[in-house]
Amino acid sequence: MSALSVSVAMTGSGGAGVLTSGHILLKAAGAAGYFGHMRRTVGPQIRGGESAALLRLSAEEVLCPADETDVLVGFDWNNVGRFATELAVGPNSWVITDPSEGSVPDFLRESGARVIEIPMSQLAEAIPDGRVNMVGLGVVAEAIGLPLEPMRGILTKMLARKGPEAAQASFAALEAGAAAVRGLTELPKLPVAQPSAEERWNVSGNEMTALGAVKAGVRFVAAYPITPATDILEWLAPNLPKLGGQLIQAEDELASINMCLGASFGGVPSMTATSGPGLSLMMESLGLAVAAEIPVLVVDVQRGGPSTGLPTKSEQSDLNIAVHGHHGDAPLVVTAPLSVADCAFTAGWSLHLAESLQCPVLLLSEQVLGHSRVVVRRPRAFEGQAQRRLATAVDLAQSYQRYRITPDGISPMAVPGMAGGEHTLDGLEHNPHGDPSPKAEDHQAQTDKRWRKLADFDYGADWADVAGQGETAVITFGSTFGAAREALARTGGGFRHIGLRLLHPPQPAKMAAALAGVSRVLVVEQNHGGQLHKLLRAHHDLPGRVMSFCRPGPLPIRPREIEDWVAQEDQP
Amino acid sequence: MIPKDYKSDMKPVWCPGCGDFGVVAAITRALSEMQLPRHQVALVSGIGCSSRLPAYTTVYGFHGVHGRALPVASGLKTARPDLTVIAMGGDGDGFSIGANHFVQACRRNLDLTYIVMDNEVYGMTKGQASPTTEADWTMSQLTPHGPGIEPFRPLEVALAAGANFIARAFAGDPAHLTRLIVEAVATPGFAFINVLSPCVTFRAEQKLWKERVHEGFGEPTADRGEAYRRLMQDDGFTLGALYKGNFQPHSPYAEAPVNIADMEARFRV
Repeated sequence: MSALSVSVAMTGSGGAGVLTSGHILLKAAGAAGYFGHMRRTVGPQIRGGESAALLRLSAEEVLCPADETDVLVGFDWNNVGRFATELAVGPNSWVITDPSEGSVPDFLRESGARVIEIPMSQLAEAIPDGRVNMVGLGVVAEAIGLPLEPMRGILTKMLARKGPEAAQASFAALEAGAAAVRGLTELPKLPVAQPSAEERWNVSGNEMTALGAVKAGVRFVAAYPITPATDILEWLAPNLPKLGGQLIQAEDELASINMCLGASFGGVPSMTATSGPGLSLMMESLGLAVAAEIPVLVVDVQRGGPSTGLPTKSEQSDLNIAVHGHHGDAPLVVTAPLSVADCAFTAGWSLHLAESLQCPVLLLSEQVLGHSRVVVRRPRAFEGQAQRRLATAVDLAQSYQRYRITPDGISPMAVPGMAGGEHTLDGLEHNPHGDPSPKAEDHQAQTDKRWRKLADFDYGADWADVAGQGETAVITFGSTFGAAREALARTGGGFRHIGLRLLHPPQPAKMAAALAGVSRVLVVEQNHGGQLHKLLRAHHDLPGRVMSFCRPGPLPIRPREIEDWVAQEDQP
Repeated sequence: MIPKDYKSDMKPVWCPGCGDFGVVAAITRALSEMQLPRHQVALVSGIGCSSRLPAYTTVYGFHGVHGRALPVASGLKTARPDLTVIAMGGDGDGFSIGANHFVQACRRNLDLTYIVMDNEVYGMTKGQASPTTEADWTMSQLTPHGPGIEPFRPLEVALAAGANFIARAFAGDPAHLTRLIVEAVATPGFAFINVLSPCVTFRAEQKLWKERVHEGFGEPTADRGEAYRRLMQDDGFTLGALYKGNFQPHSPYAEAPVNIADMEARFRV
């Protein structure tokens, strides 16, 4: 049996090597010419919690998890019930279990999945220094028809420091696992990979966010560790100094955002990365960035909330705070990447918007984008460097006005070091010179200017990715783009899909054009309250019948669910 | 350039007799003494009466949110080490809402100067107890029985947290404060000056501070034990530079340059 893609889940206690096995499998698939997508789901425990690597390997690029898991390998079944629903096991699935780990959990038996028993730990014990996760990798690779050779190459590199015996032990364990399932032809097999000379990358969303930001010009970062954003910072910390930049680990998020504002005031493009709780702490200072017109990029890798919520799991529920979380009239830009790979472009584009518009830009990534790894074609990057409109010699020659009223609302910015541009940047309402002013007319003029510069800006074609045709439109943001695009492909392009990259400010003319001729709109999002649905309702005259498909995290929204919604005429 | 060149023509919001007038005078004199180009200096403040100070000068200024002057200054100095960065604000801004940043800035030891105008009261919100207010001060309706907690000891905290230069000054003696600011800016690392700056409106009794302040710290010591001993004998009105350490200021990590294409190569399958 051969499908376009095969999805594999590996579960086990923390420390069982599940995620390491997942990374090796993804790498090996990449080396064998396949594309891949790997999510991870872990408990909040530091050590010893439950974890799962959820992979989808394919001959075509894939953007999202499959509808169902084809093969589930349980290294052990400890606490697996905690993410039972995330495993998507059904009657078409195969479950590979080690009888020494006890019986298969009820929820798996009841799913109707077929169970294969393989004594993985016994096979590992028969090999000196044999590890059960290597046996498991051999089982998976053989089961789905992935050649072992690239995996051996990867293990040789990985274990080089441990000496040839370690590699030999791993090879033996791989082979023992593979031998145990050899000949089981019923298991779903990968299609043959087409050889290709194109450049492919193995990346996580958080790595691409970091790379995209520095490519567009970020040279200062201050941040406080928080799951699931920390690995953005861990990529930046060693790399920024090599590009002449700096990263500070701040004492908290209040400090992080203010350090960024200080650096940006100094003329250096700045960024911080955080998640919900940290974003909440930054809101006051983001208001300052709006009022005082300081460019800054804030990446929020969303997790389940409110409060500490689901720190290791995904949700799209920070849209409300991003758009509406500030006191006062506080216009700012909110963006979201469309996929793991698109984090690179969207981060660069977001910095470009922040620098061009002299305002904060909030980039809403998600745990499932940030922590997922993919093998994809080389991700697109934002072309060029973010540019700030700096004060010219003419601006500086005559009584410089930091907040001069200009036709497009953007005022040339003087930064320290520019003689003649001295001014005090202020969170107090101010006149064009920047002097504090309580006058009604100054407040009106400056508030107008701060709205106008965002409203009149040309965001170009990147505001959304629009595809398909027909009278039904599906609108998504963030990671749900992938599921919608796959549903669209399965229906032969039978509906219109608008994947938003720009969430705020609204683009009524572009949206109206994208929705022309549509009689039904379905808004898909991963939160409880239908936050995008309500935001769209507030700003657009959505045509015809408008439906909301919203569900809180962490269960991913899968392609078939969107297909079903589109197919059913009478959804409430 | 003379001190007047560093003074803007904006009229301060401060009450007549406010100690902060003496501080702005000392800052402009110190800048003049150092002959710093105006565009190479940035004054960073938070919120409160004293945090209005940057706009009363002609250098670059940043009047941000309450309590966050030090993080702003730290980001600016890290991004732009060529600038002279002076952070400032009041006792509420620095020792209450911003107290953690004060401790961390002392530890981080960037090459910054931090001037706190300490009047032991929240003036802008009309006279509430601050972190440095006495436990039995009963003049605020918000704490009618007094704050009931011991005052914050800025110099002791700064010493414990690792500030490299620690001094106390009096707003009524701008000439002395000017000398301290020049020394603070010249000292590498984090330099902290706590300025007793009377609030004549809500703490009228502070008008008598001019009779209470006195010399006594002598020459600054580089010995932390000795600095603690001096503080144990201090009545809160001893002026001068207490401590001048030899901590190396935190400096940016320098790495051999790598171009982005080489970084990207690591992502290739």
